[in-house]
Amino acid sequence: MRYLPKSPAERQEMLSALGAKSINELFECIPERYRLREALKLPGPLSEAEVISYFQDRAKENSFGYTSFLGAGVYNHLRSVITDTILLRGEFLTSYTPYQAEITQGTLQAIFEFQTLMCQLTGQEVANASMYDGSTATTEAVLMAERLTGRRRVLVAKSLHPEYRDVLKTYAKNSGLVVEEIPYGANGTVDSKFLHSTLKNDVAAVVIQSPNFFGVIEDVAADADAVHAAGALLVVAIAEGVSLGALRPPAEGDIVAMEGQSFGLAPSYGGPFVGVVASRDKFVRQMPGRLAGQTTDTEGRRGFVLTLATREQHIRREKATSNICTNQALCALAATVHLTLLGKEGLREMAHQNLSKARFALSELERIPGVKRKFDAPFFNEFTIELPRSARIVNAELLKEKIVGPLSLGSLYPELTKTALVCVTETTARAEIERFAAALRRALEKPL
Amino acid sequence: MNGKINKATRHTSQNEGLIFEKSSPGKRAFELPPLDVPAANAAVELGKHHRQEGVTGFPEVSEIEVVRHFTRLSTWNYAIDLGMYPLGSCTMKYNPRVNEFVARLDGIASEHPYQPDELSQGCLKILQLLEKCLLEITGMDAITLQPAAGAQGELTGLLLIRAYLERQGNPRKKVLIPDSAHGTNPATAVIAGYQVENIKSESHGQIDVEKLRELVTEDVAALMITNPSTLGIFEERIPEIAEILHAKGALLYMDGANMNALTGITRPGDLGVDVMHLNLHKTFSTPHGGGGPGAGPVAMKKILEPFKPVPVLVERADGKLALDSQRKDSIGKVRAFTGNFGVLVRALAYILAYGPGVRQATEDAVLNANYIRKGLEGVYDLPYSLPSLHEVVFSDAIQKRNGVNTMDIAKRLIDYGFHPYTTAFPLIVPGALMIEPTESESKEECDLFIEAMKSIAQEAAQTPEVVKNAPHTTRVRRLDEVGAARKPILRWTQSSATKAAG
Repeated sequence: MRYLPKSPAERQEMLSALGAKSINELFECIPERYRLREALKLPGPLSEAEVISYFQDRAKENSFGYTSFLGAGVYNHLRSVITDTILLRGEFLTSYTPYQAEITQGTLQAIFEFQTLMCQLTGQEVANASMYDGSTATTEAVLMAERLTGRRRVLVAKSLHPEYRDVLKTYAKNSGLVVEEIPYGANGTVDSKFLHSTLKNDVAAVVIQSPNFFGVIEDVAADADAVHAAGALLVVAIAEGVSLGALRPPAEGDIVAMEGQSFGLAPSYGGPFVGVVASRDKFVRQMPGRLAGQTTDTEGRRGFVLTLATREQHIRREKATSNICTNQALCALAATVHLTLLGKEGLREMAHQNLSKARFALSELERIPGVKRKFDAPFFNEFTIELPRSARIVNAELLKEKIVGPLSLGSLYPELTKTALVCVTETTARAEIERFAAALRRALEKPL
Repeated sequence: MNGKINKATRHTSQNEGLIFEKSSPGKRAFELPPLDVPAANAAVELGKHHRQEGVTGFPEVSEIEVVRHFTRLSTWNYAIDLGMYPLGSCTMKYNPRVNEFVARLDGIASEHPYQPDELSQGCLKILQLLEKCLLEITGMDAITLQPAAGAQGELTGLLLIRAYLERQGNPRKKVLIPDSAHGTNPATAVIAGYQVENIKSESHGQIDVEKLRELVTEDVAALMITNPSTLGIFEERIPEIAEILHAKGALLYMDGANMNALTGITRPGDLGVDVMHLNLHKTFSTPHGGGGPGAGPVAMKKILEPFKPVPVLVERADGKLALDSQRKDSIGKVRAFTGNFGVLVRALAYILAYGPGVRQATEDAVLNANYIRKGLEGVYDLPYSLPSLHEVVFSDAIQKRNGVNTMDIAKRLIDYGFHPYTTAFPLIVPGALMIEPTESESKEECDLFIEAMKSIAQEAAQTPEVVKNAPHTTRVRRLDEVGAARKPILRWTQSSATKAAG
């Protein structure tokens, strides 16, 4: 087998050194009746070429040749070949968690740069080394707020990504948290009147997303005032990080939970992505996950180490701030390289292109009879449209024209069956937007 | 330097500041294609939400500077690609490059989790085949691939147990955890709403079965066991342990972190385990990447299947695959979308490359661990003498006499060209040296390692200061961890930059 570096003679030599006649002797500690007598029934072995063909064949059974208008927490953005070039360096790819700081300064400095970039983006003072994704980052942010306030009631915007809400509910169920939902108002943002009426001094956290699941931008500053007046913490989730190239950072939030997939990571059918929890310095000891910090060596040179580990499971065990161990370090590195490449101007320009293309798409779609924008609050690169008929039926028609249409919201929000969430990024060509608009027009003209 | 260092040589390594310190306004490393639609007026469109300027502090550098920056940083890392990485319990094995290639294929990496199932048959077939392979390897009945890492797998497993017990009428109160367990076990039990009760190991390092019999009451939901244990020792009474639990209505959870010792040899499902997780970034070779991403699939017995996280992969009557979210008994979701799909792709590529021959990898891993054990026995103290499987745990008891501890020996190993083993874990061995070579090491590399460890033992006896002040050859010496925690500097700012200038 090509991955194994021993010849039969070497195996024999090593066994002899142990005084063993056969390899089976080394497994005698396992009771005989439980040892497998037959080989596992697995496909393979495959050569490298065969492995590649297997996956190429699977790739052909996917959406090849289709244009997609899906976003909803997973976005298609330009990625430079440099990101993968760096990621594939074995020194990054095949290195472990940097517990041995002297020989992992590369990873540690990169994490420190990642933490810095996340703070700059979100307007927060401290960011961790990564969480699994946006959904678990949001959940961990809520658990952090619970520890900070000692309160148990959590108010979650219904416009928070439905899957983030689902994950939060799974974790909250046995933590004694009471999760309640805040409805959305007519313009798609959090119903602030409702929020005010339900905010009491028993609330640990209010969770909003901006831009929210419908694509519209929340008034973070105004919500923060209300939340703080009740002594609660404001958790701001961000699913589309590129928006921060055009939007004011959610600095008024107390904890920001972000999905960083938009920063150089492929959609990859849902993962691996990279979550981030960012917050204020004064809350750092309740943060979940790893943190890299700057220090000096015995000769006074700058270096980096994992720090404040007494929050973590390998030290604190059942009293840890989270059970997370393995995180998404390589994805965080991808985000670091990608954002460094984009830089200040590149991110601003990318965000601006998203803004422009989404507006162009909306104007094209609004010219179709019966199609109108559902919510009128400002949006970034996603917007919700109302159709004269079920979005599912319309999407089935679009598929025939090799278009993966906008996400039909009916299964997630039963009150929105004729509504769909359109996403347009800098990767969507004008011609494709026009083709989509024409196909949608035809689909709606078709008799039912 | 009095040891003979055969593996490593010093070489120059470039200095490199933080990327923020290289920034200069107007430089850029990325250009977008021109905008092909009318430009929006951002200030008008976004109003008070508009960020006027670019992100304050964001770097402004050129492409060559980005490439050099990260390439230079990379050279400061140790990696499997450079040599043996004998971290116990971490299973740092070779990460095949073809796995990286296939995970990045157009049609694999490009797929959106919300695209219709009919356009995702390729992705779903990959998930289905991986499920089948992992079920064959573990001997279990059902599996979920959703958990993002081992710790999340543990949580999923305990939530399944909880849901099952709730269905029986009582979720129960406690989870039993041996004192040799990973820290994630107790941390996870708490999130699942359980109290943790620790069980002391008996004198040979195994679970004290008689004690366990007393502890298992109607209050106990489950025992979380790591098998082989973190000592690298097979819990030979595991079928009996399962029976004790089952007799009281409790379930057996197995932490599969050490599955590299068992794959193709024995199956947890046959041993009485009810639910377990696998760490695909350990046993199934997906790269650790400096701390992740991983994946922590959870395999279970039939009784737990109704509670699996949604969506569940199903085969429709017409043979097409689909994701089904309509499961009334499901514990819900532990992560958005379909899990760390790209990691799952890599794990399947690994399994396909081996096929049934994966047993050879297990055999070689166990052979390497025993060969190293034999080579170092007597040189280092072996606190538990039961047979080792994939890893061996020594202690620093002999070297301690000269004031040299496991951390010092680990740091000195760096000078010899190796990554250190796991230090000070498991907690039941004071001053532990936990060594897991994996199957990826040749006889030559194992011999070099044994030679290095012997040489360090000699230094510890003759010139302990050399070991205590190690490493001597790295670009930075031992770092001030206490200072880092006392006054944390967790991000770059103009002021932290000035402080570092000295």
